[in-house]
Amino acid sequence: MIQIENVSFQYTPRSTTFQFPDWSVSAGEHAALLGASGSGKTTLLHLLAGLLRPTQGKIMIGSQDIAQLSGSTLDRFRGQKLGLIFQQPHLLGSLTLEQNLLLAQYLAGIKQDRKVIRETLASLSLDHRRTARVTTLSQGEAQRAAIARAVLNNPVAILADEPTSSLDDENCKRVLELLQNQASAHQATLLIVTHDQRVKDHISQQLTLTPA
Amino acid sequence: MNLLKLSGSYIKTKPLNTLLNTLLLALGIAIITVLLLVSKQVEKSLTQNSRGIDLVVGAKGSPLQIILSSIFHMDYPTGNIALSEAKKLSRNRLIKNTIPLSLGDSYQGYRIVGTNYDYLDLYQVEVSEGARWEKPLEVTLGAAVAQQSGLSLGDTFASSHGFMDDGLNVHDEQQFTVVGVLSPTQGVVDNLILTSLESVWQVHDHSSETDTTHAEVDHNHEHDHDEAITKQGLPAEGDQITSLLVQFRSPMAVVQLPRYINERTNMQAASPPFETARLFSLIGVGVDMLQGFAYVIVVIAALSIFIALYNSLKARRYDLAVMRSLGASPRVLFTHVILEGLIITLVGCLLGLLLGHAVLYVATQLYARPGQLGIAAGQLLTEELWILGGSLLVGLIASLIPAIQAYRTNISQVLAEG
Repeated sequence: MIQIENVSFQYTPRSTTFQFPDWSVSAGEHAALLGASGSGKTTLLHLLAGLLRPTQGKIMIGSQDIAQLSGSTLDRFRGQKLGLIFQQPHLLGSLTLEQNLLLAQYLAGIKQDRKVIRETLASLSLDHRRTARVTTLSQGEAQRAAIARAVLNNPVAILADEPTSSLDDENCKRVLELLQNQASAHQATLLIVTHDQRVKDHISQQLTLTPA
Repeated sequence: MNLLKLSGSYIKTKPLNTLLNTLLLALGIAIITVLLLVSKQVEKSLTQNSRGIDLVVGAKGSPLQIILSSIFHMDYPTGNIALSEAKKLSRNRLIKNTIPLSLGDSYQGYRIVGTNYDYLDLYQVEVSEGARWEKPLEVTLGAAVAQQSGLSLGDTFASSHGFMDDGLNVHDEQQFTVVGVLSPTQGVVDNLILTSLESVWQVHDHSSETDTTHAEVDHNHEHDHDEAITKQGLPAEGDQITSLLVQFRSPMAVVQLPRYINERTNMQAASPPFETARLFSLIGVGVDMLQGFAYVIVVIAALSIFIALYNSLKARRYDLAVMRSLGASPRVLFTHVILEGLIITLVGCLLGLLLGHAVLYVATQLYARPGQLGIAAGQLLTEELWILGGSLLVGLIASLIPAIQAYRTNISQVLAEG
C-alpha cells in the first residue's frame, strides 16, 4: 500500500512549496502518476522513495510511515521494501549481471542468495546472461536487468521513474507488461511516474499533478 | 558481494591507471625500504663489530682508515707501528687491555689477521670445529670463510700478499694449515682467517729474505716452528704490528689518551664511535637526498591516486546514487571509496617492500660476498610495519576528499538529472 496524507515539500526554505493531494494506492494495485514537467512528479517519487524528506505530512509504504524514518534506518528500509527503476538502467558497469544483483541483496542487508537471483533472472529471460559484464548487455537486456534488480528483494512497492519515455511504442508496451507482470508476481504495489501519455492506456488508476 | 569486492572491481576496470599508481608508490616505498634496510643493518653491524673497542691505535694517517682496516677489515691499513712503542703504550695505567693486530695477507680475498686469543674473547666467538691456532702457521677460519672458500680442517694453503685475490705475490714457500673453524657471529669475524702474530711475521720475514742467506734462515725457520705463540697480551719479541685495539680502564682515558698518543708518540689514535659517526655524516648527505627523493615520489603517488579517484567519482555519481537507492547509507559509500584508495596503497606498498628486498638481494649478490657487508636482504625489520602503516595513511589521506564527496552525494539531485 502507498498512501500520502497532507504532504508538502520545499527544496530550500525560500523556494515554492509543493503541496501534494492526499492519495492512496492499495496493496498490489498498479497506478500511474502523471503530470507535466515541473508539476512535482519526480519530487513526489523521491519523497515516496525516502530520497527526500517531506516538510510535513505522512507517507505510508506498507505499514510504515517513512517520514518518521531517518538515516541508515531509512536507507535500509528503502533497500528492503522498495524497488526503484529509472529511465536509464544504471547498472554498475564494473560488475557482472549477477554481481549487480548480489550487490542489491548485500546493500539491502539481506542474505545473498544466488538461487533467488537465478530464478528472478529466469523470469525475465536473462538467465543465460548471468555472468556477463553489464556493459555487454543490449539495451533491452539492461532494461530487464534493472527490473530484475528492483523486484529481487520482494519489495512492498515498485517505484518507476519514466521507465518508458525513451522507448518506441512497441518496447513501451513490452516494458509496461513486464513491470506489471513482475509486480503482480511479487505482489508489489506498482507506481509509474511519467509524462508519457501512452501509459494511460495500460494503467487505469491515475493521479495527475498540476504545476503549483 | 561485499564492499571490498566492489571497490576491487572498480580498480580492475581501470588497469592502466591502477598500474601507474601502484608502480609509482612501489618505487617510492622500495627506495625507502632499501635505505632503511641498509642503514639499519650497517649501523647494527658497525656497532656490533666495534663493541668493546674504545680506541684503535695505528700508524700515522687517516683515523677513519685505521678504523675501517682494523675493525671492519675493509680499507687498507695506514702502515705499521713499532712493537716496542705499542708495548710502552699498553703499560699506560689508563689502559685495561690491548689486542695486537697484524694484517697484510689474504687468501681468496679473505683477510688473514694475526692476533691473540683476546680477539676471540672480544667478539665472544667460540670454536665450532677443531681448535684455536696453537703453533705458528696454524689458522682458525671464520664461519663464512669455512663455508665459502672450500677449506676444511687439515687443509693447507698459501696466502697472497695484499688484500686482492689476484694470484700475484703468493707466499707459496709457507703453507698455512687449517686447525679449526669458528661458529658464526653475523659479524666481521666470520669473514676472517685468524692466526697468531708470529705466523704473519714468519711468512713475511721469509719472503723478504734473499736467496743468498736462504740456508741460514732455513735453520732459524726450523727453530721458529718450535717456538710458542703469543696467546695473551703482546709478544716479548718482534718488530712491528699493524695496530692495537685498546680497551680503557677509566673514563678519563677518553679525554687524555687520544691526545697523548697523537702528540707524544709516532702513532695515531682513532675512536670507533667518533669515526663511524663521521663516516655516517659523510654518507648521510647522499642518503638524505635519496630519502627526500623517495618521499617526493610517494607524495606524487598519493596525488595521482587522489586525482584518479576524484575523476572517477565524477563518472560514478550515478553508481553512487544507485547504491544509495539500493539501501546503502552515506557511510557505506564513504567506506567504499576509502577502501579503493587503501587497496591501491596496500598493493603498492607490499610491492614496494618486495621490490626493496629484491633490489638489495641482487645488489648484495652482485657486489659482495654474502655476509661481508653485514647486510641480509631477507631480514624483515619492524620499521617495515611503520612503512606499511604510513602508506595506508597516505592512501587514507588521498581518498579522504573523494570519499567525503561520495558521502555527500545528493542522490535525489543526481537521479533527477536523468
